[in-house]
Amino acid sequence: MRSIRFVAVVAMAGAIVASACGGSGGGGTPTATASGAATSAVSSDPFVLLSTQFNTVTEREAVQKQILDPFTKAKVEYVGSDAGPFNDRILAEAKTGKGQVGAILGLHGDFGALVGPDKDLFEDLTPLANRLKDRGIPAEMLDLGKLGTSKQVYIPSMQATYILGVNKQALQYLPSGVSVDDITYTQLRDWCKNIADKTGSKKCGIPAGPMGLYHRIIQGYLYPAYTGGLVTTYKSADAAKMWADVKDLWQYMNPKSLNIDFMQESLLSGEVWVGLDHVARLVDAFKLKPNDFQAAPAPKGPKGLYYMSVIAGFAIPKSSPNKSGAEALIDYMVTAETQAKVLNAVAFFPVLDKAMPADLPQHLKIEADGVQKQSKSKDAKVALLPIGLGTKGGDFNNVQKNTFQRIVIKGEDITKVLAEEGANLQKVMDDSKAPCWKPDPSSGTAPCKVQ
Amino acid sequence: MSAAATPAPQRKSQRRGVLVDRILLYGVAVLLALWTLVPIYLIAIAAFSEKVAVFEYPKALLPTRFSTETMEFFVGSSGVITSVKNSVIVALGTIVVALALGAPAGYALSRFRFPGRDAFQLAVLSSKMFPIAILAIPLAVTFIDLGLYDKLIGVIIIHSAMVLPFVIIVTAGVFATVSRELEEAAQTLGTSRLGAFMRVALPLALPGLAAAAIFAFVTSWNEVFAATILTLRERTLPALVVASLNQSPLYFKFAGGFFLIIPSLFFIWFMRKYLFNLWGPGR
Amino acid sequence: MAVRAGRALPFPARIARSDAALPLGLLAPSIIYLTLLILVPVAQALFLSIQTEQGTFTLENYQRVTNDAAFVDSLFNTAKLLVLIVPIQLTLALAMALLINSRFPGHGIFLYIYAIPLAISDLAAGIVWLSIFGDTGYLNTILQGLGLIKDPISYLSYENLHLVLMAIVVAESWRATAIVMVILLAGLQLIPRDYFEAAELFGASRWRRTIQIVLPLLRPSLQSALIIRTIFAFQTFAVVLALAGRQFPVLAYEAYDAYANLFNPRLAAAWAGLILLMTLTVVVFYLRVFKVSEAETAR
Repeated sequence: MRSIRFVAVVAMAGAIVASACGGSGGGGTPTATASGAATSAVSSDPFVLLSTQFNTVTEREAVQKQILDPFTKAKVEYVGSDAGPFNDRILAEAKTGKGQVGAILGLHGDFGALVGPDKDLFEDLTPLANRLKDRGIPAEMLDLGKLGTSKQVYIPSMQATYILGVNKQALQYLPSGVSVDDITYTQLRDWCKNIADKTGSKKCGIPAGPMGLYHRIIQGYLYPAYTGGLVTTYKSADAAKMWADVKDLWQYMNPKSLNIDFMQESLLSGEVWVGLDHVARLVDAFKLKPNDFQAAPAPKGPKGLYYMSVIAGFAIPKSSPNKSGAEALIDYMVTAETQAKVLNAVAFFPVLDKAMPADLPQHLKIEADGVQKQSKSKDAKVALLPIGLGTKGGDFNNVQKNTFQRIVIKGEDITKVLAEEGANLQKVMDDSKAPCWKPDPSSGTAPCKVQ
Repeated sequence: MSAAATPAPQRKSQRRGVLVDRILLYGVAVLLALWTLVPIYLIAIAAFSEKVAVFEYPKALLPTRFSTETMEFFVGSSGVITSVKNSVIVALGTIVVALALGAPAGYALSRFRFPGRDAFQLAVLSSKMFPIAILAIPLAVTFIDLGLYDKLIGVIIIHSAMVLPFVIIVTAGVFATVSRELEEAAQTLGTSRLGAFMRVALPLALPGLAAAAIFAFVTSWNEVFAATILTLRERTLPALVVASLNQSPLYFKFAGGFFLIIPSLFFIWFMRKYLFNLWGPGR
Repeated sequence: MAVRAGRALPFPARIARSDAALPLGLLAPSIIYLTLLILVPVAQALFLSIQTEQGTFTLENYQRVTNDAAFVDSLFNTAKLLVLIVPIQLTLALAMALLINSRFPGHGIFLYIYAIPLAISDLAAGIVWLSIFGDTGYLNTILQGLGLIKDPISYLSYENLHLVLMAIVVAESWRATAIVMVILLAGLQLIPRDYFEAAELFGASRWRRTIQIVLPLLRPSLQSALIIRTIFAFQTFAVVLALAGRQFPVLAYEAYDAYANLFNPRLAAAWAGLILLMTLTVVVFYLRVFKVSEAETAR
């Protein structure tokens, strides 16, 4: 009796192990298709689109069903990933020479660790970019896709920015004469103070949680708005003033900001009434309770309304199993029709220089409203994402995060912290050899210097 | 026992003592059970609520507005069911490999004194001391180099390596408390060494082996770092879900979190009687 | 119990002489497996931790670790967690195991209930306790419903770090007690009933029976459980991250962050190497202090 059971268990075990050995899905057969040249036949081999974005359950579904399934030239499967595994997988596939990932969709910053003098992981998409020239991608944006090299590494195809999500209940506490669509950081502080005084709780917030994007806000909004630059002006007098103002503002901000990664949740729970965050991290609030919220441009500083546009684009790894299919996919993504689908699916905005589709659902209308007011505002200027930092991107971001933590949370002396973190920043720039990018004035090919 | 000779008053206070004892015992048992169950109950109602309910305060402690919208969406989203199947395969495979390698090793460790035994024990332990999150990735990349990409067997191999130290230590500990004399007695009665092992030591050590098996299953089931890199299409449930859970809104977090728990609940239910097994099965 | 008649040689020595090949044969597969899959990669990782990006020898990675702003905090936090969680879990687990072992009516169900958290991953446990400790969570709901507090308390805010610590300790204790319980239960069952009955016969109270008889006999299991729990305690970070984010730095997260966000495997290896060293120290300490003698294993 017992021995029968034993044999059964062993047999089952064997069956399990056997099934595990044959477990790999199909679809990895590589086709020797050349890229670039005039494509007559597009291979229909299925491939994987790997990305760091759209990982949430709803977004993944939306991307697969609304965007990829209608693409009929090949079967594309969407696989979302955290940044670490994303890199590891691409590097691993590159080493083996053939992989399952046919194309990747990454944020500008995601490519940092994958591009460098010793790394040649991607196809040069310059021929493809030329073919798509008249679709309407702004030249400066296309240039970003070179990542400081001479190759076109990625083709930008969607963008997002950071705006203010505002609970309408907060509007009554605006300082008199101030319009929510045209507000300075000082006025924001007064607003938050008003809310705190009159309601007894602090209802302003920024995403300063472990996965929060506050470093981008510091890089692309606060620094340029106060100093006109980022790296070159890191420890300038203007910067010191900025930090003093931020410290002041922090008194009226919800301390839970340090736990906030996604502003939409805090907006929906009512913990925050005025929050600055990435559009994709605000959209849920507009979607679930459209009548309670509105979107406004980010505040402006002494040097103007600087905003940062986050770009995401497609690249084709050299180990792609279906390069012609991947190119066809990119072509498909850079059409007005698909761009509108993307907007609907995941709230990332089109890059094409054309008007927004007219029949947007309400939550997207609210966001588009805020985004356009921001970019069309009279003193609006674009701050670019860091370029050329390579593997030091994380260290770069850490400098801003640490500066924030030390000055605002721990209360250390501003001049001292700026001197020390400025030195850390310089080390990052020297290690990565990255030249300055806008809004910093150009430094040619020399590494950017903290003045 | 000398019950018959006890005088009457002593018996009554003895009975009272026993009653108090009983109450105390049940009280503590129930308290501990509540401590374990209540959080699960809470996440279950959170998972089965409407999306907006997650932002309400005060929260409803009794499920009033029952809704399967988040659970349905989660379970129905592409790849979830397949990934559950994959996770089950990997977890069961891990048990098989880890026990096949580890139980004999644990037995040897507990029974035989050989030079370097302590060092070996320490080495086995120390292999667990390096954070697996860091180790999993270069290991997975090596596997990919070796061609084990997107194959579940690769995940099984890594997972069983991760749980092997634990299996060895636990089985060693359990075999150590199984009296040697019993095996020896069996041998003197004519069975082989293997027979003594199979018929005497193994059944007695079953609770420990069951514990090791459960641990192997659960560790494998929940392991995310290696599984994420090693699989692309044949993903396990954590590989599929964890990246998205980290970024999903709270209501999906709850639904996903609850969903992650369910299959293991079944496995432990199945295994529970092996955890508790005194002098051989059936007692 | 078995006969302990006069014997010329102790059991193990006799066997060892006649077939020394057997233990090696039983151990060899595991040794090879572990060496290839764990020890070699660990050695490679440690080797990596003393390299620069170009491959030359350096201690700068370790220097960076000790100079990191979060180093001291993460060290102390990890230590605090260790010191608080391990005793709590051992006590709870022992209580649970003893209860089950007494086999009161219904113990089967209770065993299953106590074992449920075994199945729950770090991430899921973090989510569960987030729903309880969040500002708008169940704990505040209950306390406010009972009239004990007027406004929600912030358990997870950096302004109340001691509450954060408490929340993490509670969550981790809840999650991982079952593992310890299962180990202890397995050990408990192999203590022959005779021992318990003999103690009862001699009138020892339940408490006395536990302390003086059960605990010493449970030593091997207690030691295993203690060691295993400690090793894991050094590596906790998913629950901490879910509840407290970066406000409660712990060693394991710093290691992971160096790899996943800074893309610096050498730095991550340095953090991990440090964790390895500290865990090893503590475990060796345990092994010395709680030395399980041969006599206890050779009953």
